Amino acid sequence: MTAAAGSLIGEDALVFALRELYARTGYRQYQMSKFEEYDLYARNRDFLPSEQIITFTDTTGKLMALKPDVTISIIKNIRDVPDTLQRLYYDERVYRVSASGGSFQELRQLGLECIGALDDYALSEVLMLAAASLRQLGVPAVLEVSQLDIVGALLAAAGLDYDGRAAAERAVGGKNLHELSALLEEHGTDREAADTLLALLGAPGTPEAVFRLLETSPERLIDKSAAAQLRALIAGLPEELSGMIRIDFSLTGNRRYYNGVIFQGYIQGVPSRVLSGGQYDRMMERMGRRSLACGFAVYVDLLERLFRDGEEYDFDVALLYGEGDAVGDIHAAAEDLRRSGRSVYVARTLPGALRFREITEIGGAKRNG
Amino acid sequence: MDKELNIALPKGRLGEQAYALLRDAGLECPALNDPGRRLIFTNREKGVNYFWVKPSDVAIYVERGAADLGIAGKDILNEYAPNVYELQDLGIGRCRMAVAAPEGFRDDRRVPLKVATKFVRCARRHYAAKGRDIDIIHLNGSVEIAPILGLSDVIVDIVETGTTLRENRLAVIEEVFPISARLIANKASYQFKEERIVRLTAALAARKGENA
Repeated sequence: MTAAAGSLIGEDALVFALRELYARTGYRQYQMSKFEEYDLYARNRDFLPSEQIITFTDTTGKLMALKPDVTISIIKNIRDVPDTLQRLYYDERVYRVSASGGSFQELRQLGLECIGALDDYALSEVLMLAAASLRQLGVPAVLEVSQLDIVGALLAAAGLDYDGRAAAERAVGGKNLHELSALLEEHGTDREAADTLLALLGAPGTPEAVFRLLETSPERLIDKSAAAQLRALIAGLPEELSGMIRIDFSLTGNRRYYNGVIFQGYIQGVPSRVLSGGQYDRMMERMGRRSLACGFAVYVDLLERLFRDGEEYDFDVALLYGEGDAVGDIHAAAEDLRRSGRSVYVARTLPGALRFREITEIGGAKRNG
Repeated sequence: MDKELNIALPKGRLGEQAYALLRDAGLECPALNDPGRRLIFTNREKGVNYFWVKPSDVAIYVERGAADLGIAGKDILNEYAPNVYELQDLGIGRCRMAVAAPEGFRDDRRVPLKVATKFVRCARRHYAAKGRDIDIIHLNGSVEIAPILGLSDVIVDIVETGTTLRENRLAVIEEVFPISARLIANKASYQFKEERIVRLTAALAARKGENA
């Protein structure tokens, strides 16, 4: 972390460091309005994590929405230039219903998008930045990676009907191998495809183990170019980042929007994914764009647990003054303490709800915090 | 508790049966034999903590990461669709979600069917798949009396032996889905405790195979 970041605390320091990381890698900041026309989201509702959107009518009578998502806005607002690469990062607030289905929340989301002539190098750079973002958090982390085309090919080969396929996709996402196995047994027509799918989903997630399994699987069932791409992307990662990669084919995404490589990041101590991303060429196509695209978001609000640790005190020093102390002396004593880099809370009496590392009275008497 | 496994058990007979399976799979916790009023039990040697929680809350404890693993009925998982991994069917607590109606019931498709249930989402999904219009009546208990009092035409509820239905002159007219207890896991915990969780799942599967 840089000296500038070091002088910030918690969330701001992290965001500063990540923004610096993205800027150093050639990404420029993209800023956008808080509002978009509601219609943009209404047309792509199932791309959003929550279907509920805060809307209002603006002064011209248009129905507007407070942004529930950043990616859709970026796709809509940037020029479609498929033969070059646009690298963008953002640090924005989005408005969504909380996961527990309660009320709307304002959430800080930091992320990046790589749009245009996306090749394997650009994809690998996005994956590298996702892993580096997790590493920046300073706690054990795992980046789960999947390739949707590999699982898609196996599900197609298994010969399930429409209903069976939908149920099988749900079972894949829940690592629900017992139900998946029963479904494939009951509705599937290709036993070999079923066995290969179950073996891949049940494999330990180390890249070596998964690639070994992919190599020994029946050739007709494996999407060779997808497997080769996945191998190349992971092999391209620096050694200090590749250790956090797990391949997990239970990771699924809405295939109307996502294709190819998708990933999710977890860190120890936070009970849900803190980063998610992937390739979304299909979403680009749905919005009439010719560019290819990949990106990810870091859910900064979920990292709150990390920032809470170590914040044992609200302020370094409580400086207590008495009735006889002159205003100028109080200011001087407080400034004196602040010059040593400590935070100082000046009061006549101690507030019950705050905690201090040290309590000092004007004149120098000290008490324990 | 980073490398320890935190397991949420449903209070009651199902939880006791589930603990017996976990104990036989190597995660015994003798303190559980003498429960008193405590709700949390630890065996440091085995690296495991058990919590007794309300059966319908197990999935929430696991989804939110307060527990790494939990034992939850398929009824709860289908109703609340928590974002968790469903790793193993334990084969215990078997019963079924079913539609029951008074004897002699005939469905009049010209009007929406009045359905009383505790499991609103399961009922809604079931009838949506059949293209049948329904009027859902959400009840929190004693669902069986709803058709008797004319509150609903049918009920969607858990049926174990069918005795309560028979006593209230109701009969199962359709099965919605079979129910049994499942081992579920928090998705983030799985990433960091995968080896232990996979080993436990395999041990439970092996025991289920032996008992099949």
